[in-house]
Amino acid sequence: MTGKRSLLSGAHFLNGDVACAEGAIAAGCRFFAGYPITPATEIAEHLSERMPEFGGIYIQMEDEIASMAAVLGASYTGLKSMTATSGPGFSLMQENIGLGVMTEAPCVIVDIMRGGPSTGQPTLPGQQDVMQAKWGSHGDYEIIALSPSSVQEMFTLTVEAFNLAETYRVPTMLLGDEIVAHMWEKVVIPSPEQLKIVNRKKPTVPPEEYLPFKPDEDLVPPMASFGEGYRFHATGLTHDEHGYPQTQSSETQFKLVHRLCEKIRKNADKIIRVEEVTLDDADVVVVAYGIVARSALSAVRKARAEGIKAGLLRPITLWPFPETHVERIAKQAKTIIVPEMNCGQVVREVERCAKTTPVVFMSKFGEDPHTPLEILEEIRRNR
Amino acid sequence: MVAKEILEHPLSKYLRTDLMPHIWCPGCGNGIVLNCFVHALDELKVDMDKLVVVSGIGCIGRTAGYTYAASFHTTHGRSIAFATGVKLANPELNIVIVSGDGDLFAIGGNHFIHAARRNIGIKVLCVNNFNYGMTGGQLGPTTPLDAITTTSPYGNSEHPFNLVHLAAASGATYVARWTTLHVRRLTMSIKRMLQKDGFCFIEVISPCPEVFGRRNKLRTGLDMMELFKKNSVVESFSDPAKADITPDRIVVGEFIDIQKLSYEKLFHEKIAQINEKAMEQVS
Repeated sequence: MTGKRSLLSGAHFLNGDVACAEGAIAAGCRFFAGYPITPATEIAEHLSERMPEFGGIYIQMEDEIASMAAVLGASYTGLKSMTATSGPGFSLMQENIGLGVMTEAPCVIVDIMRGGPSTGQPTLPGQQDVMQAKWGSHGDYEIIALSPSSVQEMFTLTVEAFNLAETYRVPTMLLGDEIVAHMWEKVVIPSPEQLKIVNRKKPTVPPEEYLPFKPDEDLVPPMASFGEGYRFHATGLTHDEHGYPQTQSSETQFKLVHRLCEKIRKNADKIIRVEEVTLDDADVVVVAYGIVARSALSAVRKARAEGIKAGLLRPITLWPFPETHVERIAKQAKTIIVPEMNCGQVVREVERCAKTTPVVFMSKFGEDPHTPLEILEEIRRNR
Repeated sequence: MVAKEILEHPLSKYLRTDLMPHIWCPGCGNGIVLNCFVHALDELKVDMDKLVVVSGIGCIGRTAGYTYAASFHTTHGRSIAFATGVKLANPELNIVIVSGDGDLFAIGGNHFIHAARRNIGIKVLCVNNFNYGMTGGQLGPTTPLDAITTTSPYGNSEHPFNLVHLAAASGATYVARWTTLHVRRLTMSIKRMLQKDGFCFIEVISPCPEVFGRRNKLRTGLDMMELFKKNSVVESFSDPAKADITPDRIVVGEFIDIQKLSYEKLFHEKIAQINEKAMEQVS
């Protein structure tokens, strides 16, 4: 499957959904299964045109449950695979996201967050799916979720999401919002040589010695694809290193679930990325992500101009949560301000890590995100 | 003394014998279906490295694990959606789904009709035991009217699906129904299905004496097999719309065998055309 057309290397004026789709192509994604839903539809539309140009697959499934299942199937043939959706579709995908976690299928799920619950506000932005991304499927597990703040990051973090999914064999989520998805901005697409692309580890042993769920030292097992002569079994049931069901064994259950969590937790330092702005001497720190971080950055700069020691901590990685970064700022800051477009999700994580440092929560949703002035006023009140 | 020679069964190479004994009850028909399936694989000399067996949840869902091929055991009802991704991503693979009536037609019903409509080249072998066996015998979409199950203690009031009619109406290119009594014909049908392009469907009526039969005056596997023998009527290429399973009649046979370009062929041809055009533009 070699592409006859090339990446759009160079500077472009794009919207976030299209930037995400181009990021997927650049990352080597060659399979998309999805179902139309506002505000993520443009990702599907763009990939229905672009995927075939690279010899890749676009399929519109009958619903999001099927989309997620098809993504896992394609991933097991060795293709980098993705889907894109919004709140209601994200809810439908959860059971098969769990199957992806359990069978360690590398894949990317883009969730362009709109207002919920239920059908909610299809055309307005929200940040209400952050906890669903972490806890939406049943059982204990860890996933990776990234939060883009710009159209450029809709491109770069999509590439990053594929790299992480392939490295850790885990469903990786890009949690955008309606604004970063629909906003038009300049995007610079690097040349293929400048892009860092990661591919999953393949088995180095012959088929008769291959144990599909036996991890290496990094806790990640090498992955064979269907059709390569490795006649392995995979199941959503609790399984041993052969992939065989062991539903009555507490030892197998503990070992497996523990490893699925630890392969992310133990590698958290390698996975987590944050943006830090004037944090060195900050006593008022804003923790913001996604589109809200753009307003927060403006507010922090204005506050600095007024002589207030303000700083910004922007989690680019939402899951695993950057606990040590928040713990560090909590030791020096007098106050932490968390503006979010929901009733309080990331703020709970911040409070957990901040311990005794006061955390001020700014909830705003159902309309435009927080303005820089609103955040600036909160900084002033807490200086 | 003559040393005892340990003979290996000629078909055991198709099975993960280290997962045996299987989990199925005495009198269950699943073993017969698995037997017919591996016979078909053997007779056709199927390239086992290119075979993928996919199952959903339920007793027969363990078949994926028992077959020594690349295999995947999905969430409940999603085997067809998973297999759609596999087939489209690698059309060279031969994909067989072996799953139950509840998995494929209750929770997974939507995926079934859409896969048949698209004509994606996957082969579905559905074992219909008229109820949910693994969870202890609840009513399902194929439970006959008035049948007693653990969730229809006063008799079932729901009309069951006629699966072969549903498959044919949804666009399948091959449709057949047999019972576990018809082992040779079932094996022949599986062979036919494995050689076809497009979406194919075989329904196998199978005894579940342990949790279905015993509540419906069919206490043993033999009782159920005798019923199949008494009620089965072979009517090849008859109208599947008239093949409803009634208390005294099970119409079996091949119903549909047509040629239609598969979805993956049509799609991959389009990809090839697009890229040829692009090459012309470049050169």
